[in-house]
Amino acid sequence: MTDEPNINPSRRTFLRGSAAAGAGLMATAAHAQTADPLITEVQDYASGFGDPVDAAPYGTPISHEAHVVRRNVEWLTESPVSSINFTPIHALEGTITPQGCAFERHHSGAIDMTKQDYRLMINGLVDRPLVFTFEDLMRFPRHITTAFCECAANGGMEWGGAQLEGCQFTQGMIHNMEYTGVMLRDLLAEAGVQTAGKWVYVEGHDASSNGRSIPLEKALDDVMVAFFANGEALRKEHGYPVRLVVPGWEGNMWVKWIRRIAVYDQAVEGREETSKYTDLMPDGRARKWTWVMDAKSVITSPSPQAPIRHGAGPLVITGLAWSGNGRVTRVDVSTDGGNTWAPARISGDAKSKALTRFHHDMNWDGSEMFILSRAVDETGYVQPTKQALRDIRGTNNVYHNNAIQVWWVRADGEVENVEIA
Amino acid sequence: MPANPLGLGRAALSEEIDAWDVAVLPDGTGLPVGSGDVETGDEVFAANCASCHGDFAEGLDSWPVLAGGDNSLTDPRPVKTVGSYWPYLSTVFDYVHRSMPFGSAQTLTPDDTYAITAFLLYSNGIVEDDFVLTNENFTSIVMPNADGFYPDDRAQTEYPLFTGEPCMENCLPGTPQVTKRAIDLKVTPTDADGKPAGTLPVLSDAPAIPAVV
Repeated sequence: MTDEPNINPSRRTFLRGSAAAGAGLMATAAHAQTADPLITEVQDYASGFGDPVDAAPYGTPISHEAHVVRRNVEWLTESPVSSINFTPIHALEGTITPQGCAFERHHSGAIDMTKQDYRLMINGLVDRPLVFTFEDLMRFPRHITTAFCECAANGGMEWGGAQLEGCQFTQGMIHNMEYTGVMLRDLLAEAGVQTAGKWVYVEGHDASSNGRSIPLEKALDDVMVAFFANGEALRKEHGYPVRLVVPGWEGNMWVKWIRRIAVYDQAVEGREETSKYTDLMPDGRARKWTWVMDAKSVITSPSPQAPIRHGAGPLVITGLAWSGNGRVTRVDVSTDGGNTWAPARISGDAKSKALTRFHHDMNWDGSEMFILSRAVDETGYVQPTKQALRDIRGTNNVYHNNAIQVWWVRADGEVENVEIA
Repeated sequence: MPANPLGLGRAALSEEIDAWDVAVLPDGTGLPVGSGDVETGDEVFAANCASCHGDFAEGLDSWPVLAGGDNSLTDPRPVKTVGSYWPYLSTVFDYVHRSMPFGSAQTLTPDDTYAITAFLLYSNGIVEDDFVLTNENFTSIVMPNADGFYPDDRAQTEYPLFTGEPCMENCLPGTPQVTKRAIDLKVTPTDADGKPAGTLPVLSDAPAIPAVV
């Protein structure tokens, strides 16, 4: 890696004059002075054997990708069993999060539940209080949905300033999976919701229970009781064998290891919707029931954990955008701190309430940049700056920080988490 | 409802419902019969809770503070406790009964829980030291911050401000200046080389940009 930008005027001129994005690379190859032994010498892997097919019945990533793992930040919480870790979004592409490195958030640890021991109860204001086994649940009509699960606290430690170094840490309390399961409305129909029933309370098998109240309209709309994620059973740490999927809503409500669904005429106002997941405002009062996660985005590369080491020339800016209020319709990118914006490309599908990938290809001249992304969703909502949010909410909201992230790209290609004004 | 019942599952028995449905709602729905006084609560708290939350519910080390912080909610660093922040006493009973002590939850009887709840009210200066909390007088307790919450109003206070065609050019009054740098805090886990943990590996030692002749 170079310490200094290594750009001579003739190369700059060459790049500016070149219409082809690949011209710089071609020039490099054309000017190699000595033959590359990786080409001219026969390598072991081109001569001998690789691993046999029985080496890994269930594979793990190649060792060279060892940096693509969940990471935690010890000082954020007092106990590692009521804590958080972070998805390595700086190193991922596309939209589907590999389950093995998808973030975890537990309140009493990740419990070990079997399908044999699993029970689900529906009770309260229903005609027929019921108990289901896992086998029962597998007989209901199945549905598929892809959705992001974003912790309400994602970016929460950035409310007061720029604190952690890397989008894994500042935006990585998120994963996006393709779920298969049954609709909560179909389970509720089995029990028969009474007209007095207005709220559904869902709690888990774990000691923390994580009980949350959900209004009946949402429960009957798109909430899923999921068994499969990204093609296979849920991981233990993600609620095996059954979790709630609540598209667009704060991750805390995605109750894991669910054991009971109760119908009540009022909200329970449990600990996770009074003490926690309420958002303190400047007048000392607090918002409650801030369920939806608003439109948000982040540039995942370049970013503090993904510096630019290839020098000037063609540069891929890649990132994620998402909205709990529907589909992302546009992502704008700025390289000058937000003075000038250009629409990025949406790559692949922009599904409602799901992670969406954007790309912006540019020609970096080697100078410093402030790079930002700004999501727009189908309601017309435009992702705000952190200052715009703080002007309304102050700095003690704790949750729901969907502000525009600024990365300072230094001339040496290193990237910093900063605020600008 | 979209579907007719399929006839799956079986009727839940009343003892099964009683075992699992221990939720207590703000109006007292779900409260078991029982009682406990402050003095008993002090003893139960000392035996089961004080090793993390302190003898006076003030919190040890970085464990949650359960008492104090009155009138701090507009401070730069608010102290949000049962007394200063929580809106309903039902949540205290419900959460303690179901999920505490941390690591050995569901070991407290209803009477233990009434007593601990009474002790927490006392620790927060809400009742006198001879107070007895029962399922009968439970809902007469009004918590100090009962009116401190309102439902999500982003649709009124934020969405209109943040909706509309955004600026694309000449959006800033001047050249942006850095006001905060995470690097100054040095609180992010690091790799052996001092870079943020998980930084992508270096793929080449070659000069980044070969000279173009």
